Amino acid sequence: MTTVALKPATMAQALTRAMRDALAADPSVHVMGEDVGTLGGVFRITDGLAKEFGDDRCTDTPLAEAGILGTAVGMAMYGLRPVVEMQFDAFAYPAFEQLVSHVSRMRNRTRGAMPLPITIRVPYGGGIGGVEHHSDSSEAYYMATPGLHVVTPATVADAYGLLRAAIASDDPVVFLEPKRLYWSKDAWNPEEPEVVEPLGRAVVRRPGRSTTLITYGPSVPVCLEAAEAARAEGWDLEVVDLRSLVPFDDETVTASVRRTGRAVVVHEATGFGGPGGEIAARVSERCFHYLEAPVLRVAGFDIPYPPPMLERHHLPGVDRILDAVGRLQWEAGS
Amino acid sequence: MTVMEQRGAYQPTPPPAWQPRTDPAPLLPDAQPYRVLGTEAAAKADPELLRRLYAQLVRGRRYNAQATALTKQGRLAVYPSSTGQEACEVAAALVLEERDWLFPSYRDTLAAVARGVDPVEALTLLRGDWHTGYDPYERRVAPLSTPLATQLPHAVGLAHAARLKGDDVVALAMVGDGGTSEGDFHEAMNFAAVWHAPVVFLVQNNGFAISVPLAKQTAAPSLAHKAVGYGMPGRLVDGNDAVAVHEVLGEAVRHARAGGGPTLVEALTYRIDAHTNADDATRYRGEDEVEAWRDHDPILLMERELTERGLLDEDAVRAAQEDAEALAADLRTRMNQDPVLDPMDLFAHVYAQPTTQLLEQQAQLRAELDAEAAGPEGAGR
Repeated sequence: MTTVALKPATMAQALTRAMRDALAADPSVHVMGEDVGTLGGVFRITDGLAKEFGDDRCTDTPLAEAGILGTAVGMAMYGLRPVVEMQFDAFAYPAFEQLVSHVSRMRNRTRGAMPLPITIRVPYGGGIGGVEHHSDSSEAYYMATPGLHVVTPATVADAYGLLRAAIASDDPVVFLEPKRLYWSKDAWNPEEPEVVEPLGRAVVRRPGRSTTLITYGPSVPVCLEAAEAARAEGWDLEVVDLRSLVPFDDETVTASVRRTGRAVVVHEATGFGGPGGEIAARVSERCFHYLEAPVLRVAGFDIPYPPPMLERHHLPGVDRILDAVGRLQWEAGS
Repeated sequence: MTVMEQRGAYQPTPPPAWQPRTDPAPLLPDAQPYRVLGTEAAAKADPELLRRLYAQLVRGRRYNAQATALTKQGRLAVYPSSTGQEACEVAAALVLEERDWLFPSYRDTLAAVARGVDPVEALTLLRGDWHTGYDPYERRVAPLSTPLATQLPHAVGLAHAARLKGDDVVALAMVGDGGTSEGDFHEAMNFAAVWHAPVVFLVQNNGFAISVPLAKQTAAPSLAHKAVGYGMPGRLVDGNDAVAVHEVLGEAVRHARAGGGPTLVEALTYRIDAHTNADDATRYRGEDEVEAWRDHDPILLMERELTERGLLDEDAVRAAQEDAEALAADLRTRMNQDPVLDPMDLFAHVYAQPTTQLLEQQAQLRAELDAEAAGPEGAGR
């Protein structure tokens, strides 16, 4: 039996390592974006890559997101595997047309002749005290676009494993990085990092019997905290980390909710028209006869992302999650 | 303490970071569009090239006419005709080597066909049985792009990638005058110049973006002048003079191939037909304007030159027309056959591997189709 050296590492380090390993393993991989070269990115996720692989493999582009993604399309057409960094969630919007009209459709449009293996890294979500345009949760826009994978890690190991899988994917992947988890630490073995394949598998982060919290990305640690706090109330909460919003792992989610009989979907994105609506509908369709209570959502309010001094009121927190769990008709059921 | 006291004595200088960059003068387009036909330069034009261009123009005109006729017969959903713009369409295709790439817009079906794409496959998008009907890698022609100017950054990225790989490949990207107002035009031009990418941008200024004339589109001295702001040369050419377009594009392609970077070419031409068969051009332009351009027709210009030089005999005319008729007849025959559609294709190429959800939806459609095929009795209800 081999002893594995587990050391604390940050999600940022794991992401950097994933790109480094991908660049080393495959000469067709190219990292590109604003400030990703000399500076190593505003979050330092591409730190050292330009130095190790040269400016042609890790390229500082002009400041134009549609141009970045549009040229990445052309590079992918010619057999490269671009890994694009959008500097912030809300700065990715100029690239939306390229994403929706070309990146997501090119395989379909050409009957499979022209797949576009592009990874689009987007730091997303709030909780870092960012001023306006630095804290959006834009996943619903991407989820509503067929042809894209939408993936988001919540742990250090998954950050590495999912990013490697995203880069290796022959489909375009929107890779959402929860920026408030960039500096979170887990015990991780960087000597034998694992690639998480295939994309599209959820994982039960914490087993429980009385309610399933369905969540992803930055809300996973919050849900785990809520699950710990819930023990005092006598609730044994299960936490499902979706990891991939598209494809959606109905199997894992359905199995969990059928077991627990109750479900709460938790995310930062606004509730109305947000991912939780889709998830709650899917759960209701598949688990109706197993449910003791309606599926509830704990989401961001239906407001433009608030200024940083007020964001704590907007973000789903432990109390709000526990409140929702408390409303799951306990008196009527088991 | 004043800032002066802190910093001590100083010499007035320009801002430290400032230094003159590219000299704009050589990048500027000429005041007059470059022409060959009807000028002294025409005498030097290669007779073989003239004949070849002529045959392609005749063929292109016939293709446009046939495709337009097919819309009236319900065989095409829509056709944005390039009648009057054949010189640009044909020249863009002919200046490229096999290893190069063409990035057409939705009006450039003819350029794709002139580059060797099957004429029916080139029309698949407009017939509506699939989106892109041809394999882009076969002739190195990117899918006809409908969202304006969005194909331009693709051309830049592809050319950049080819250069990174050490391949001798040039990308030629086509866009219209309206497309130059789009942000993607700007971003593509900028990326191309910064990356020194081997790209040629061909702007066909055909006077109108559907109904909106150029004066409402831009206040630039010319569209070719836009190049200067990016640090690349801009060239202005008579877009109905096939020899001139061929020459200017050819120079730009050679320049790009030699590592000289991108060029923007503005070709002055005119959309003789309406925007598409669904458009009514009489609402926004007069017949006299159209007539003036009919006098400057690309085929007319070429015929005049060939005739004056004694290069156009009856045989050559007949051969060009027969070739064009053969193309039209083939198009008619094949387009009059109903396309074979498989609804299951809807799910085939969304992802490399279909998701569980798509497999479920595929099964649902399969069941619906089976029930439909079985008829009301077969449904067993």
